[in-house]
Amino acid sequence: MTAPARKAAVPERRFTTVSDMEVEPCYGPADVVDADYATQLGDPGEYPYTRGAYPSMYRGKLWTMRQFAGFGTPEDTNRRFHFLLEQGQMGLSTAFDMPTLMGYDADHPRALGEVGREGVAVSSLDDMEILFAGIRLDQVTTSMTVNCSASILLAMYFALAEKQGVPLERVGGTIQNDMLKEFIAQNEWISPPRPSVRVIVDMIDYCAKHAPRWHPVSISGYHIREAGSTAVQELAFTLADGLAYVQAAVERGLDVDSFAPRLSFFFNVHNDFLEEIAKFRAARRMWARFMRERFGAVNPRSWQLRTHAQTAGCSLTAQQPLNNIARVAIQALAAVLGGTNSLHTNSMDETLALPSEPAVLAALRTQQIIAEETGVINVADPFGGSYAVEALTDRVEREALAYIDKIDAMGGMVAAIEEGFPQREIAEASYHFQRQIDRGEKIMVGVNDYLVDEEQPLELLRIPLDVERRQVERLRAYKAARPAATVETRLRAVRDAAAGDANLMPPIMAAVQAGCTVGEISDVFRAVFGEYRDPAWM
Amino acid sequence: MAERPIRILIAKPGLDGHDRGAKIIARALRDGGFEVIYTGLHQTPEMIAEAAVQEDVDAVGLSILSGAHMTLIPAVIDLLRKKGLDDVAVFGGGIIPEEDAADLKKAGVSEIFTPGASTQDIVAWAREHIRNN
Repeated sequence: MTAPARKAAVPERRFTTVSDMEVEPCYGPADVVDADYATQLGDPGEYPYTRGAYPSMYRGKLWTMRQFAGFGTPEDTNRRFHFLLEQGQMGLSTAFDMPTLMGYDADHPRALGEVGREGVAVSSLDDMEILFAGIRLDQVTTSMTVNCSASILLAMYFALAEKQGVPLERVGGTIQNDMLKEFIAQNEWISPPRPSVRVIVDMIDYCAKHAPRWHPVSISGYHIREAGSTAVQELAFTLADGLAYVQAAVERGLDVDSFAPRLSFFFNVHNDFLEEIAKFRAARRMWARFMRERFGAVNPRSWQLRTHAQTAGCSLTAQQPLNNIARVAIQALAAVLGGTNSLHTNSMDETLALPSEPAVLAALRTQQIIAEETGVINVADPFGGSYAVEALTDRVEREALAYIDKIDAMGGMVAAIEEGFPQREIAEASYHFQRQIDRGEKIMVGVNDYLVDEEQPLELLRIPLDVERRQVERLRAYKAARPAATVETRLRAVRDAAAGDANLMPPIMAAVQAGCTVGEISDVFRAVFGEYRDPAWM
Repeated sequence: MAERPIRILIAKPGLDGHDRGAKIIARALRDGGFEVIYTGLHQTPEMIAEAAVQEDVDAVGLSILSGAHMTLIPAVIDLLRKKGLDDVAVFGGGIIPEEDAADLKKAGVSEIFTPGASTQDIVAWAREHIRNN
């Protein structure tokens, strides 16, 4: 059989992926010449895991349906958590507000106007306890999206488990804790990259020893993609971040197989169906090879890339928002066909506000429809062997490896970030995409084509302005009731650990138990490690 | 003497790190012939007003996606006016619901651009509405 003839039907129109990667009109055997099955693919559950992390895939275990939720006061979000669990959601996922994410208490001047608006406000162990009221921490797994203040929030979660009488060995979940992608894309930080990585290694070390069911880092491409990267850049920069953490932990003296099985990933899933499926498959193959060949990991669980996925917020439109339900369904299907292990589906109203309850429900139901009605869970990696998907998987891998080689040559991801390399590459791609939209070279339905005269308004979630006042009042009362001397001693212990080499987690745990807050402990980081400022690259 | 080019400060008030839009607008305005100064992230209203004075700008564009627009945008306007920058136009962009946009315009914002606005439209608006002070 020969490869099909390559002649573009309409020469003036370019056929490209959403990342502007030009694709062939048809793929054939000549496009997958390297396709030695055992080396390149392997059965699902077998090295290099191109076809999936587990042998039986979704027959054995469905992906975890995990909707990111958080707004207002801890009481508000606690109600949303109970609602989602009642609706069949399998795990919790916490969105914190901007002050919490940046290491400020609700009563800090910089928190003005931001308390409870983009997520839930948590400044103290007291807030954490309210957030999880009525939820036993050995009965759910929780994902916490927080990075520069992650050590403090994780300490609060663990302290809460202890309060509930749940041993740490039985506490399962994930904390995002991926600072490198913060400097690359999401932009929430306290201190510069190098001390930030040190804190992450402390957490990896602590969890490996004390909380073996916890995933201490979720190496995230999601935000890199949302900042405007291509699929290849998302893959390359995410894996390069992961390599930097593994390298740092190994340099600390940790055995790679003691922590690598608990590293997890978090990818975006965008509109370009085949490119996205290829990206997930390439990610697993690349990570398996890096772990085995570069770091000499011998435990197969260290080789397996397990990932959460979230549909692409940046693909949604404020115009004709009902159309977003269709986008999310297509993206979610790509994630499942790509073999994701966990999934968040965005709500149709997320370009307008935090999601309302009916919008969240439709998003969760989308996953349930894919799982229960489409039949795609019956067969693992159904695209395996497709000429097009295998060729795209190879290509995405090849181009991502070229980026990783470049980053290695710069001295690794921390050095590349200090030079602004990934930041500039993303800004370039993001501007290029916007120009394509503005020139009509790419179409966003409802934005630059297929417009309607009058938009039907949606019922949006509004966060009342008094949330801030209530949170601030509660925090002030909480602070006033603490034993001041203990607070001071415990903060000093955190400072001593930060200034020296001791693991930060035990003193932070002790500090939050004594009532020290997110802002107070973050101030210790600011004082000891210094503050990072946006280089404002354009 | 040739008129000096129009100078625009693009600023990110508040704590949110979503700078994709701000950077695109900054670049599109620069490509459109304006002089653009970008503050970078995590600016307080005071820092923005101070930068507007220091950089002697004709307009300030505020990008905000954290939901804190009703607090932070009026705070910036207030400080600009207190510093005597009465002619500096203020425009904004981000996740800003229509009712809020209407209130912000009453509070002195010249224009609010929401998701889906094209860079051409924004550049065209700037050409028409921002005057050399």
